[in-house]
Order: sequence, then structure tokens, then C-alpha cells
Amino acid sequence: MEFETLCIIWFLIEGVLLAGYAVLDGFDLGVGILHPFVAKTDTERRLSMNSIGPLWDGNEVWLVTFGGALFAAFPNAYATVFSGFYTAFMLLLFALIFRAVSLEFRSKIASDRWRRFWDWGFFGGSFLASLLFGVAVGNAIAGMPLDAEGNVLASVLDQLNPYGLLVGLMTVSMFALHGGLFLYLRTEGEFQARLRDWMWRSWGLFLVTFMLTTFYTVAKVPRATANFEHYPALVGLVVVAIFAVANIPRCLYWGRPGQAFLSSTVVIVSQVALFGAALFPNLVTASNDPALSVTIFNAASSVKTLNIMLLIAVIGMPFVLTYSGIIYWTFRGKVTIGEHSY
Amino acid sequence: MDVVLLSRIQFALTIAFHYIFPPLTIGMAVVMVFLEGRFLRTKQPIYEVAAKFWTKVFALNFAIGVATGIVMEFQFGTNWATYSRFVGDVFGSALAAEGIFAFFLESGFLAILVFGWDRVSPAMHFFSTLMVAVGSIFSSVWIVVANSWQQTPAGHHIVQMMRDGEPLMVDGQPVFRAEIVDFWALVFNPSTMHRLVHVWIGAFIVGSFFIMSISAYYLLRGRHLDFARRSFSGALVLATVSSLAALISGHFQANNVYRYQPAKLAAFEGHYTTGPADMSLFGIPDDETETIRFNIAVPGGLSFLLHEDFSTPVVGLDRFRPEDRPPTLLPFASYHIMIGLGMAFIALTLTASFLLWRGRLWNTRWLLWVFVFAVGGAMVSNQLGWVAAEVGRQPWIVHPPVEWTPDGALVVGPSGVVEYDETVGLRTVDAVSPSVDAGQVLGSVIGFGLIYLLLGTVWVFVLDLKIRHGPDAPDDSIGSVGDGLLETATRRPTRAAGMTGPRNDSEDRKA
Repeated sequence: MEFETLCIIWFLIEGVLLAGYAVLDGFDLGVGILHPFVAKTDTERRLSMNSIGPLWDGNEVWLVTFGGALFAAFPNAYATVFSGFYTAFMLLLFALIFRAVSLEFRSKIASDRWRRFWDWGFFGGSFLASLLFGVAVGNAIAGMPLDAEGNVLASVLDQLNPYGLLVGLMTVSMFALHGGLFLYLRTEGEFQARLRDWMWRSWGLFLVTFMLTTFYTVAKVPRATANFEHYPALVGLVVVAIFAVANIPRCLYWGRPGQAFLSSTVVIVSQVALFGAALFPNLVTASNDPALSVTIFNAASSVKTLNIMLLIAVIGMPFVLTYSGIIYWTFRGKVTIGEHSY
Repeated sequence: MDVVLLSRIQFALTIAFHYIFPPLTIGMAVVMVFLEGRFLRTKQPIYEVAAKFWTKVFALNFAIGVATGIVMEFQFGTNWATYSRFVGDVFGSALAAEGIFAFFLESGFLAILVFGWDRVSPAMHFFSTLMVAVGSIFSSVWIVVANSWQQTPAGHHIVQMMRDGEPLMVDGQPVFRAEIVDFWALVFNPSTMHRLVHVWIGAFIVGSFFIMSISAYYLLRGRHLDFARRSFSGALVLATVSSLAALISGHFQANNVYRYQPAKLAAFEGHYTTGPADMSLFGIPDDETETIRFNIAVPGGLSFLLHEDFSTPVVGLDRFRPEDRPPTLLPFASYHIMIGLGMAFIALTLTASFLLWRGRLWNTRWLLWVFVFAVGGAMVSNQLGWVAAEVGRQPWIVHPPVEWTPDGALVVGPSGVVEYDETVGLRTVDAVSPSVDAGQVLGSVIGFGLIYLLLGTVWVFVLDLKIRHGPDAPDDSIGSVGDGLLETATRRPTRAAGMTGPRNDSEDRKA
């Protein structure tokens, strides 16, 4: 295949991997963010953790694969993004480590202090990871000063700008909403009833941050909206996102949590798609000089490698979807605590 | 301290801590497949008990392996951006393949392995255990492929990077990168298979010694005797075969290192001057005098191992410019201690196998005590093998090739030393991220240090609790009936006399 076509295909595949990660680990992170607020007793906390217990690990692999594929398909972008956001990514790694081991360690000792510590680890890890994902996305859209090789010339304090933090907060509330809906589907009784309020709250917070982000982007980040002028059809994404956001309270009101969860899934996918639309064809926008931007074309690997990788993806993805299907089917339904639970 | 040194410290710290866990899980998974397979075939509850207990321990190890593994994936980009740009086309594909082929497989079926006992049929559960074992072995394949490519690059060519049709220049210098020419030549580069086999053997040794350690502890305490004997015997078979295989594989690997990275082997052996080479058994290499202090050596030993002849010359460090030589002390020490430990494993496992055959193992208490602690040696030897391999690769992060004449002499330049082609390799000092400063890396080194200290402590603590708790009784609901079945199934008159102490353990009786 042509080099340009392959670059675009790999841009799309990265989008699919990122969307897969955001949708799947999004509810894991959301459960982590919400659980100190909604789960009052030890049993409820265990229910929260076990609702994602068998799933979070596989979900995190989407991120690992996204990273690996970025390394292989767009090495320059991988190098620029990860070294450019050095401190943010280190904090992200710490957060993901804490999220993972808190789940594993918490149930091992029946001491209040022990469990409270890992509860905080679970919440803190999930919250910080979500926030930092958003900060990274915000900065990637807004752009950063780059040198000729693609090295970022901005410090971590420059990255903690209002726009990055705003996108970070939007991500936190989006995942909280998504996780709340997921937990609602997997629990019953009084605990489930208590979740309703928090789903409304996170929906409200998401609505506010979503609107603020949209206004800010349209007003202050011209680069991000340029593609919408070239390809007016992309406005369709915005319409889908708005309908999906609006559908959630409707479903909550009429008692259709499954549909609401589907809508929050659509919200997340459309956000990732909008992120891609705002970037294309850049992967990292240079704010100092557009010619220095890291694009899918100047960051890409050779045609040969992109073709090999495509073959690997075509062979591998059906397997991945099959395993995921088996796992989600095996652990369907309401979560219960058994002898093998966390 | 500078960014390069700090980045190397961080990489060493994070990979060393991470690498405690993958060999454990790879080795344990093999034993678990065996135990669960026995259960499916024989239906003896003791095998189910054993499989369930090891699964719990496995899950704990696996979780920390996953948590610390994600760091490795991102660290190439965060700390080694120049390296990532240089090798992404080649190295990145191996990592991506690892994610798609191995990690999804492992993590998916792990869910059923750990949480699915009551949700799927025994056959499906066994299949999941098998898939986790296969997945963990697959994941070792791709990362070892990637690392071996750094040691003995193949299947690629070096091209100048272009930007909008013009050669990309940074500070007036053209920028190069490696691109794939032949994917299979890359995957099966000259050292992949040697190193992969050695890594697997190392993992089997760690996993089986881990299981033997806990089992030996139970045997010494007189607890869970039946469970402990079966686990120990199963693991001992794997450990004995692996220890012997490690020696053979190590020999072939050393020959391979000599062929492709002669400076590295010279550092391993403390061989400074080209000529007939002794094999040092103990000593401290001294770069000042270019000799080994306190040397105890087998004369001509290294020449013999490499050339089957005691007097054939072996290339020494003097064939390399000082700036092209790896450090000697660390590779020498780690390589020698690794081999020493490997020899000890052979002696230990052969002795234990012999005693098991003679029916005397279970009351040879001193040997069981040695096995309680030997797992530490197994872990150390795995770590040291990697220290030797990675420090011995220095000063290169991607090692440029050396050439040999048809009659087996190393090709050197006019000044008598190897002249590496700098454009096809990459030096470690040139590989770090230009946009990261020392303060940032120092911060993350401290962060990782503290977090890993916490994780390590909690891991040991929780592991200790699990070991103290021990395996659960086979099935509480059938109570004394289970006891009868178990007793009948496991009674071996010839061994009865050799049991350690009276069977007065309350937990064992309850079972």
C-alpha cells in the first residue's frame, strides 16, 4: 500500500486502540474515582472492586498495546510525547501502579487501617490517572513548542495550564459517570440506589466541563477547529456527542441504565474521535512553528514496518476480541463476593 | 549526576524489580498446568487443592508483574527518546506484537484462572491455565527478540531520516534510523534463540525453586505434608532438568557472545590480552594493571571452551579502544556468581533427586532447609545474568557488528583495534531524551525507589501471610469422607517410614 494510506490507517488504528482503552479502562477508573463516595461499608467497597476485578487487567492492555503500536508505527511521536510529558507520565505510571496493587492487596488483610490505605490508593490512582490522561490530551491539542527533532521545549509547569487541567477534569467526570453507570448495572439493592445521585452529579460535572472545553477550544485553539472547516462532515461527531450526552439523563429518568451506559460509551468514543479530528494530520502540534509539528507522515515508520504491523494487527485483533468476549461473558451479571474474590 | 547515568539507574532499578516477577509467573504457570492436568486426569482432590493454592500465590506475583511492567513499556519513550527514534521501526514492532499476541492472552485468561473456578467447567479452567502459561511464555519471546536485536542487530538497514523530502538535519548533522528489511531475520537474529532458551530455563528454575521453597517449609513444619510432597516432587523434576539444561545452554550462549560481541565475553572472563585464555574461577579484574587479582584459574580453560583446544588464542580487551570497552568488574562478577550459583543448583537438585529416589529426601532436614532459602539464589542468578548481558553490552545501546575473517581471526583496523562503524550502532550516552533534565529523572528515580520499596515490603508481607495460611482443605462439604479418600489415595507404604515426625498436624488431619 501507499505510504500515505498506511499512515492514515495507522492513525485510525491508534484511534481505535485509544477509544478501546478509554471505554474499557474508563469504567475501571470511574469505579475507582466514585467508590469512596458511594460505597459505605466494607462489603460495598469489595463489591465495587470486584465489579472490575477480573476485567481491569485486560482493559489496561489496551493502553499497553496503544503505547507499543505508537512506538512501532510513529516512533517520533512516541519519543516526543513520552519524553515531552516526562513528569506527567511518571506520575501517571505511579498512579497506575497504585491502582493495580491496591486492588490486589486490599482484601488480603482484614484490618481497617490497611483497607483504608488501599482504598485511598485505589481512589488516588484512578483519579490521578484520569486527570493526567486529560492533561496530556489537552496539551496535545493546544500544542507545545518543539525543536527540529521533535523534542518538547516546555516544562511540566507549562503543561499544567488551565486548558490541560480543564480537559483533565472533563476526563475525570466522564470516567466517573461511565464507571457509575457500569457499577449501577452490576449491583443491586440499597447500594445500587445510592449510586443514582452520584451518576447525576458526575453527569452534571461532565456537562459543565464538556461545554467549557468546547467553548475554550473553539475560541482559543484555532488549530483544533481547522479540520472542521476543511471537512464539514466532522461536525457530525459533535452532533453525535451532544445527542449521547443528552440521552443519559433521559435514560436515567426512565430507568434504562443499560442504554445510559451505551450512551456514555458513545460519548467517550466520540470524544476520542474529536481528539483525532482536532489533531489530524498532526500527532503533536508545534505551537512555535507549524512546520515543526510531528505529523503522522514525518513520524511514521517505513512502509515495510507499517505493512508488517498491519498484518500483525489483522491476525491478532480477532483473537483479542474473542478472548475479551469470553471473559466478559463469563463474568456477566450482578457481582457477588465469593471465596476467590478480592 | 547527569541524565545518562540517572536514566540508566532508573532503568536498572525498574527492570530489576520488575524481573523478580515474570520468571516466577512463567515457571509457576508450568507447574500449575501440570498440577491441574493431573487433577483433570486423576480427579484426586489434592491436586485441585494444590492448583488453587498456587493460583492464589501466582495471582499476587502476576499483579505486581503487571503493575511494574507497564513502566517498562513507556520508559523507552520517556527516558530514551533518541534511542526510540533510532530503533522504533524495528524494536517497536516487537513490543506491539507482544501486546497483541501475549498480553491480551495472559490477562484475559488470568481472569478465569483466578476468579473463574466456580464459573466455568474444570476443562475450561484447565484451558485457561494453559493459555496463561502460553501467554506468559509468548511475552518473554517478544521482549527477548527486541533485546537480542540490540545485542546482535539483523534484518534491518540504516537510513537517513527525511523531512518533507529533504534530509533531516539536527545541529548540522544528518539523523539516521534503523528500518526493517527482513522481519524474520530480525526476529531470529543471531542471538535470539540462545538467549530465549536461557531466559526460559532461568524462569523455570526460579518458578520451581519458589515452589520447592514453600513446600520445604511446610515439610519442615510438618504441615500440609501430602500437598507439599507432591508440589516439591513435581517442581524438583523441572528444577533438575532446567539446572542441567542451563549449563548446556549457557555454554552455547557464551560461544555466541564471543562470535558477535567479543568485547563482552572478554569482560565476562576478565581476558585482557589476546592469546591463549585461562578460565578464571575466582578473582577481581583490575583495569589498571590489566590482570586479575587473587586469580584462581584453569589454564587454557577458556580457549578450550571456545575452540576445543587449550592453546588457541582468544580475543581480549586489547583489541578494542578504551572507549569501546565495556566495564569489566560488574560483568565479570555477575557472570561468575551466576555460573557459581548455576553449578550449586545442579549439585542441589541432583542430590535431592537422588534422595527422593532412595526415599530419604523427606527426612533429610538440612537439605530441605537449604531449599527454603535456595529460591533467593535462583532469583539472584536470573538478575545477574541480565546484569552481565546488559552491562557487558556497554558502551552501546545498539551494538554494531564485528567481522571475522574466514580463518577465524577478528577483523581489526590498521592500529590493531576493532573499528566499529558508528553509524550502524548507537552509544548509550547518545540515546537519552534531549528534553528531559537531570532533576526530573532524579525525581522519578526517588519516586520509583520509594514505591518499589513499599511494594516489595508489602509483597513479602502478604506472601508470608499466604504461606502461613497454607492451602485450603480439599472440600469442606464432604469432611471426613474426603479425609478417607485422601488417605487412601496417597498412602505409600515404602515412604511411610520416612515421614518427618508423627502426623499430628491439626490442619492436615482436618483435610
